[in-house]
Amino acid sequence: MPEILQLDFMRMAFAAGAIVGVLAPAVGFFVVQRRMSLIGDGLGHTAFAGVAVGTLLGISPVATALVATVGGAVGIEWLRSRHRAAGDQALALLFYTGLAAGVVIASAAGSFDAGLFAFLFGAILTVTGEDLVLMAVLAAASLAVVGLLYRAFAAVVLDEEGAKAAGLPVASLNIVIAGLVGVTVGVSMRIVGVLLIAALMVLPVVAASRVARSLRGTLLLSMAIGVASAAVGLTVAYYANLAAGGTIVLVSAAVATLAVLSRGLR
Amino acid sequence: MPLAVELRGVAFAYDGGPPVLAGVDLAVEEGEFVAIAGPNGGGKTTLLRVAIGLERPTLGTALLFGEPAHRLARGRRLGYLAQRSRLATDAPVTVREVVSAGRLASGRLLGPLRGPDRVLVRDAIAEVGLAELADRPLAELSGGQQQRAFIAKALAGEPRLLVLDEPTAGVDADAQEALAALLARLHSERGVTVLYVSHEFGAVEDIVRRLVLVRGGIVFDGPPEDLPGAWHDPSHVHA
Repeated sequence: MPEILQLDFMRMAFAAGAIVGVLAPAVGFFVVQRRMSLIGDGLGHTAFAGVAVGTLLGISPVATALVATVGGAVGIEWLRSRHRAAGDQALALLFYTGLAAGVVIASAAGSFDAGLFAFLFGAILTVTGEDLVLMAVLAAASLAVVGLLYRAFAAVVLDEEGAKAAGLPVASLNIVIAGLVGVTVGVSMRIVGVLLIAALMVLPVVAASRVARSLRGTLLLSMAIGVASAAVGLTVAYYANLAAGGTIVLVSAAVATLAVLSRGLR
Repeated sequence: MPLAVELRGVAFAYDGGPPVLAGVDLAVEEGEFVAIAGPNGGGKTTLLRVAIGLERPTLGTALLFGEPAHRLARGRRLGYLAQRSRLATDAPVTVREVVSAGRLASGRLLGPLRGPDRVLVRDAIAEVGLAELADRPLAELSGGQQQRAFIAKALAGEPRLLVLDEPTAGVDADAQEALAALLARLHSERGVTVLYVSHEFGAVEDIVRRLVLVRGGIVFDGPPEDLPGAWHDPSHVHA
């Protein structure tokens, strides 16, 4: 067995990376297709506020971040669908409120420390067995929802108005997608951090859509790129002694850049 | 049997805007083929959107198969081709994937397509003459072929009512004739009710028995041959 896999924390990290590598693009796929790529970023900031609340109250920051992100995701979808705010304005509201609330609450809790930075920038090497079980359960449930509702989600993505006319419950489906984004951000924040979480939801999808020749192919390829980015990024980070979360995202960004450039050259 | 489409005293205005439609009464029986024409901005598309429930009338009632039109529900088997239909995504999407989405209008919502659904999708693709191109990305097809894929999507839901908003815009003459032949077949063999909005009815003039002219309201409703001579170019109709 290679040295890197003889270490418990690295095996945990690879397992966590694989989970997030599959889940983030699978959910991000529907967000990117709806041209709402930055929603993950906005929810990352909301997650930061959730973490700060957890720290203040002395309860699991992951749980409070999950509540904050799912609530934020559903809220943004509500604002968008009721035309109370344009999509980008709703995102901006979420973005800045989340970040400002996180800073204020964290300072009130006196918790500007390494623990908080682990959520901001990721701490995949500190993932525990308990974290892994929670991540696996939430990811499996989310992927099951994606599998079950794939055709309906795709119909909304292809033509939201046509889906409405056909009688699909478009508003409910959009809320489910938003909820899945919230769960994904909550599950993934320990891996790459709330500041980079959107990257894993978006970049593998951008890369796959330049290479694949069908919607389903794009989804499956983006999940493969997500897992590969996590594995390569972790390996490089381990041997080069770099920050794991950032390295994973840089690998993913390199793949996306290559895909975009190669498409341009064809 | 309830009417396919029924508008009673319908008025409509977009948020805070001037009225687009007023005093609209329209009754379409199942199996009718109704052509809808009128000048740009006259309210044709709005009338369609109110009729199928995408907009709620400001005043009056809109019923679809006897039910309030805005109660959008699966199973009412409505095939809708919007004006200038195009995909809302830049990702590669095959013809089969586009048409499969149409199955959701009457098929199962959850899980993958089952055998009988796949057959209906395949048949809908064949019906518009795209069988050879079924697994090609839509972006690689011509404008006319893309339009046919969207029509196949509407057909895949086994529609009772087909609502087409300018389906021949930007489509070549051959594709227009192919569409007319397809609509004639659907209308005569399956008794599908058709609402067909266009500026130009040359391709379907043999099927059209009823013409509705819209200009802020309905200004003519009857057989095309009864149309006053001055109105023979429906796009320039004046009330």
